[in-house]
Amino acid sequence: MSTPFYVSPQQAMADRAEYARKGIARGRSVVVLQYADGIVFVAENPSRALHKVSEIYDRIAFAAVGKYNEFENLRIGGVRYADLRGYTYARTDVTARGLANVYAQTLGTIFSSAAEKPYEVELIVAEVGEGPEDDQIYRLPHDGSIVDEHGSVAVGGNSDQIGSYLEQRHRDGMTLAEALKLAVESLSRDSNGGERTLTADQLEVAVLDRTRPQQRKFKRVLGRQLSRLLEEEGASAPSGDSSEESSGESSGGASSGEASASDSEE
Amino acid sequence: MEANTRSTGRLPAAFLTPGSSSFMDFLSEHAPEQLPGNRPLPPVKGAVEAPHGTTIVAVTFPGGVVLAGDRRATMGNMIAQRDIEKVFPADEYSAVGIAGTAGLAVEMVRLFQLELEHFEKVEGTQLSLEGKANRLSTMIRGNLGMAMQGLAVIPLFAGYDVDRGRGRIFSYDVTGGRSEEQGFAAVGSGSVFARGSLKKLHRDDLGERQAATAVVQALYDAADDDSATGGPDLVRRIYPVVTVITEDGFRRLTEEEVAEIARSVHDGRLQSPNGPQAPVL
Repeated sequence: MSTPFYVSPQQAMADRAEYARKGIARGRSVVVLQYADGIVFVAENPSRALHKVSEIYDRIAFAAVGKYNEFENLRIGGVRYADLRGYTYARTDVTARGLANVYAQTLGTIFSSAAEKPYEVELIVAEVGEGPEDDQIYRLPHDGSIVDEHGSVAVGGNSDQIGSYLEQRHRDGMTLAEALKLAVESLSRDSNGGERTLTADQLEVAVLDRTRPQQRKFKRVLGRQLSRLLEEEGASAPSGDSSEESSGESSGGASSGEASASDSEE
Repeated sequence: MEANTRSTGRLPAAFLTPGSSSFMDFLSEHAPEQLPGNRPLPPVKGAVEAPHGTTIVAVTFPGGVVLAGDRRATMGNMIAQRDIEKVFPADEYSAVGIAGTAGLAVEMVRLFQLELEHFEKVEGTQLSLEGKANRLSTMIRGNLGMAMQGLAVIPLFAGYDVDRGRGRIFSYDVTGGRSEEQGFAAVGSGSVFARGSLKKLHRDDLGERQAATAVVQALYDAADDDSATGGPDLVRRIYPVVTVITEDGFRRLTEEEVAEIARSVHDGRLQSPNGPQAPVL
């Protein structure tokens, strides 16, 4: 029997942080951008079954990178928290700030508890407001801190580089097609400076669209609509933008079922 | 109730336990007192006086289903409310109309809507129409204790079956027994008259607009003979709630659309007070 080595608390926490960060950095990134009508989530994710971006509540969505089982657990916990709160009080009383706080407490407790392994996840909780100035985006790193983000944010492997790329180019009032284009550009940059081409099949895209007539503002952008938006890159921004807006309205207004049908195809 | 009333503020274990996609299951584990069926009822003598909702009717047509309800709630022989709404969207492809104790019904619908939404969010896919109908069955069964004390809630569930490509109607009894109805169905105090009316009006080849007219006729007939059912109130501009569910999803007819149907039905009744005549043979 040997006595265990003494490890200073600083060292122990640094080791845990290192462990979590390494796990997160292995995964592909997710970027979240504000655009004129809402917030767009773009993830590089070839899987159709395992989502990195999901709906939490009417105006709130969730994006995550890291270990799937861990963030999936947190996602379901968030859905339960939001639904219970909305059922107990009212639907408008469910806020991203409240949810982010609960997530932060959960991640923080797990991170500093010696009995548990730290979660290798980084989350984004975003809420779309009535106008762009009311949008809220919170980034939740593995250790339980909360970062209030504006405009654009990236998490996951290579997030520093992607984040600074986005920060330089993102501006307020972008159209969905412009924001999507910027997001895909940023994701397709390799850490060593090279460029890859990302096709619609490799992307998971969803929006919180404040112009949607339904109460639930979350919508996945899938299949044809996504390819069309990506192709609009080449076209001049104003024309591409107007055709997108009109098509968005027709799918939302005239037949609200269509939107939901594509939601449920996921 | 707060998620973090206990200990450190982190999500309690029940929130992070994988497994169930049902909000009701989660509620019964984490906050059982919030489930409508779990509240103990004090012993009472006689019936409890509470507002009751009355007649709900549904009609299928090729490509969808129409679900409609009158607007009256009664308490004994009093009209408790003349503009109550008893037909609600359950999710994108289904709707539920409820007859019986109004207060309990509204709470039950809220929980049912949440149950479907919760499943959809957790699983990433919708329940099948039969699955939804069965969940409702479970909820009605949970209310049996209250029902036996006179606070029954009887729903009529209608939806578009995306897999089969047609509208379907499910009716329930007070014990939660579920049965699928063919063509048309009605529940509530005026249901006897509404069903008789629909028997003569329903055809398999009705269009959407005709189906909407047929339910308004049926509600008119129910109101004609049942004092607890309210007919279209042209003076106050209170019209039945008429909803249509098709491949395109749930849609509630606007007030103008229903007003137009109600007026034409009313005008027809000025000529023949008993409504459209069916051939004798």
